[in-house]
Amino acid sequence: MSAPAVALHLVLLLLAPPLVLGIAVKVKAWLAGRRGAPLLQPYHDLRKLLGKGTVRGEGTTWVFAAGPLVGLAAVLVAGLLVPLAGGAAPLGFAGDVIAFAALLSLGRFFTMAAALDTGSSFEGMGASREAAFGAFTEPGLFLVLALICLPARSAGLAQAWAARPAGVAWLAHPLYLLAAVVLFVVLLAENARIPIDDPATHLELTMVHEVMVLDHGGPDLAFVLYGEAVKLFVIAALLVHLLLPVPPGGWAGAVALLAGEAAVAGLVGVVEGSVARLRLPRVPGFLIGAAALAAVGVAVLFARGRP
Amino acid sequence: MVLALLVLVPAALGLLALVWRQVRVQLAALLGAAALHLVLTAAAWVSRPPAFGAYLALDDVGLLFLSITSVLFAAVAVYAVGYLTAPTHDEPARLHRFVPFLLLFLAAMTLVTATQHLAVLWVAIEMTTLTSAPLVYFYRRGPALEAAWKYLMICSVGIALALLGTFFLGAAEAAAGAAPTLTLSGLMRAAPAMPRPWLRAAFVLALVGYGTKMGLAPLHTWLPDAHSQAPSPVSALLSGALLNCAFLGVLRFFQVCLASGDAGFARTLLLLLGFVSIAVATAFLLGQRDVKRLLAYSSVENMGIMAVGVGLGGAAAYGAMLQAVGHSLAKAGLFFLAGNVLRAYGSTAAGEIRGALRRLPVSGPLLLALVLAIGGLPPFSLFMSEYTIVQAAVGGGHPWLGALLAALLAVAFLAMAAVLLPGLQGRGERRGGAVREGFLAAAPPLALAAGVLVLGVWVPPALSRLLGSVATSLGGAGS
Amino acid sequence: MTGAPDVLLLLVLVTDLFIVASGRLKACVRATAAQGVLLAALPLALWVPRGDANLAHVVVIGVGALVVKAIVIPSRLLRSAREAGARREVAPYVSLHVSVLMGALLVMLSLWLARALALAPAAGGGERAALLVPASFATVLLGFLMLVARRYAVTQVVGYLMLDNGVFIFGQRLVGAVPVLVELGILLDLLAAVFVMGIAMHHIGREFDHIDTRALSTLRD
Repeated sequence: MSAPAVALHLVLLLLAPPLVLGIAVKVKAWLAGRRGAPLLQPYHDLRKLLGKGTVRGEGTTWVFAAGPLVGLAAVLVAGLLVPLAGGAAPLGFAGDVIAFAALLSLGRFFTMAAALDTGSSFEGMGASREAAFGAFTEPGLFLVLALICLPARSAGLAQAWAARPAGVAWLAHPLYLLAAVVLFVVLLAENARIPIDDPATHLELTMVHEVMVLDHGGPDLAFVLYGEAVKLFVIAALLVHLLLPVPPGGWAGAVALLAGEAAVAGLVGVVEGSVARLRLPRVPGFLIGAAALAAVGVAVLFARGRP
Repeated sequence: MVLALLVLVPAALGLLALVWRQVRVQLAALLGAAALHLVLTAAAWVSRPPAFGAYLALDDVGLLFLSITSVLFAAVAVYAVGYLTAPTHDEPARLHRFVPFLLLFLAAMTLVTATQHLAVLWVAIEMTTLTSAPLVYFYRRGPALEAAWKYLMICSVGIALALLGTFFLGAAEAAAGAAPTLTLSGLMRAAPAMPRPWLRAAFVLALVGYGTKMGLAPLHTWLPDAHSQAPSPVSALLSGALLNCAFLGVLRFFQVCLASGDAGFARTLLLLLGFVSIAVATAFLLGQRDVKRLLAYSSVENMGIMAVGVGLGGAAAYGAMLQAVGHSLAKAGLFFLAGNVLRAYGSTAAGEIRGALRRLPVSGPLLLALVLAIGGLPPFSLFMSEYTIVQAAVGGGHPWLGALLAALLAVAFLAMAAVLLPGLQGRGERRGGAVREGFLAAAPPLALAAGVLVLGVWVPPALSRLLGSVATSLGGAGS
Repeated sequence: MTGAPDVLLLLVLVTDLFIVASGRLKACVRATAAQGVLLAALPLALWVPRGDANLAHVVVIGVGALVVKAIVIPSRLLRSAREAGARREVAPYVSLHVSVLMGALLVMLSLWLARALALAPAAGGGERAALLVPASFATVLLGFLMLVARRYAVTQVVGYLMLDNGVFIFGQRLVGAVPVLVELGILLDLLAAVFVMGIAMHHIGREFDHIDTRALSTLRD
């Protein structure tokens, strides 16, 4: 990749995520009949939190301090593996989807470890639920990545996008549509959105992700929130590339990507605003269903003799 | 024209009875349809009616099953008049829930026999299920509802598979290079070039699908329930006519397999399911306590015998067709008698029935005779047919199969006799002396029993010719 | 693997899995209706662009399927469910999670089966849709799953309907071979079957106060 392309990638990755999160929150507020927080509110939140001092509970260890940092670092590196505005990514290589999935798990692991480190029973409960949901989400993620990558016969995202049919890929290749549906479910699950989890709830018994980060404050919390935004942005970028023909590179690519990201964020907002949260015992079924769909897609690919 | 009338007359009268609920109209429609159907069938014997339109055509196999249906329906109609209007009957006035469906049922069964288009055949067989389910649920009780629901679900599902099998045949026909027609003649012409896996898959699906409806074990589970809960005339029609119609569905697929020159596979499957049916039915006959369930399991057994006969081929195919005739007559008669017993004793539990020979001066002895007949004892027709099948098995190089069949038949007969015969003897103490049986209750089983007896001694040449040509078209030999 | 028919068939597979996975009776029936709409569009998508089939025939089949499979039967089923006072959940014998996994496995099995039974191209030239046969098998098999793995009468009828839908999909290979009258006869049979089943469900509801088929197991030897 050329230096300007890398710079553009970094700018998008570092600056755009809070805005995408802001759009999702805004759409949800509109659907509820409220005016909602300003679009740029996440940036203000981050600035406010970064300006505060760090307070950590007594009895917590370095694991608690490392949780937010590793979580953020993991999703940022994952963001460097995913093509954003162009056809390639700064750290992309021929096996980057596997690294991508591994980094997401790494971030989840450290978030859970930090939650367990507090010794609080609530956070432990959240961590255990997160672990369970993660176990049900990851098969879907892997299968959908397989569905994206198998036609290119390469475990690299850049190669997979290059092998797409020209134009709107899913019209010519309906499995892309299936992949998009499953990926959207994975996106909701990975980012703890409704109907799997509710980022806005503060009822301890129903919180999953939020309860894990309850003890973080100040800059730690800022890292957590920023990490969440980046994660949403990165997975949404996959979805955008799956559904839209993003022009390779340059400002056109950046604009297309941001438009797509805004659309995905809007869709997340619509889902959040119009769907009730699933009861906890129903969540695994929902995620298993998504994984089953992806599995069927992969099976169709193999059955066509064109993996 | 005759063919169209055969289907349309009962259908039209059935619809008429559906809207016009007077008892007199119901009875007239029932008897009129039976008589007209019989006359039209006789006309078909005198001169074979030409194909009507694209869908109706009658071949030898169809004529045989049409005749069985027609004769049986006439007997059922006469018996039903007495059965349903009797003052002892629960719901004498509910004829309008009975007659229309019975007539539509007849129309559907007639269509089964009178078509050679496999998709039309499927539609007709599904119609038989739908029109007879209300008859099974005629007595609106919980168990009858359960029986009707099982009958509907199991048979509908099975038959849906048969439709898939029918479409498989169409696909195979197309793959053989012909434009798919789904008519018997078209399929048989294309059969030699059909891809074998699809042909075989089609036969398996048809055997499972129509086999469910004809009561082949292990898919027979609906049959004892439906037969024991339905009114006796309906049980007679289900057992004597409907099962044969479903068998006809299997036979059509078998004919295509024969034409393909690859019938060994189909024969093996028929033999397998046939023997499983006989064995399972025999197991349930042993120690059976309900007379109507006993008769139902005996139907499973007889369907198994027919499947075995067709599977063996040669003279056994002739035997199987003769068995179809004999079984229909005898089983319908037995169900009529079970109805008479039910009316006299208020129960079909074998333990409740005592001294039937004295109590029921006509039905008692007839019951004895027909039990011996259905068990395959000489001089009845079923002895002839079963003997033919066993002999063909031994003579055709399957002595072990023949021996197994003979042994199973013997056990089944002993099981039935052990349940039914004690009820005939003894004194009908407590409940007084002989019951007066009406003409309508006694004449139909008497006529059917006479038929079984006559066919055992002398098969009319015309019937023998027909049976022979049917057996030939099923890959057997005339006898 | 291109073109509108395959998109429709893929969506049929999705509705199959959704029906197996859904825990609500209503969602189940609605998904069946959605599947009916997809099936109604299928003949048009398959045959109209090629122009070698009788257009009127194809349209009649499509409209017939739409009316029967997407409108009349689902609304009748919803009514039966309401009348019989069924609870809103589907009452599985096999848990929903396991059902979904079994469903996915069955879909894979049918994909394999369709390959193993590979049919020579139809006489009219070429496969019209790659997913036609596997989607048909999968719908039949998942219909069976619904039949055996759910307790309520309504869900059993849904299973029967899926079974029939699967057969309908396979039948699309043969448009033209089966006369339109017969095809309509098949649809009418299905309609009549569901109506008779609906009446039976009505009686079951009155007799036993619910439509749990466990009440229907008194007859045995």
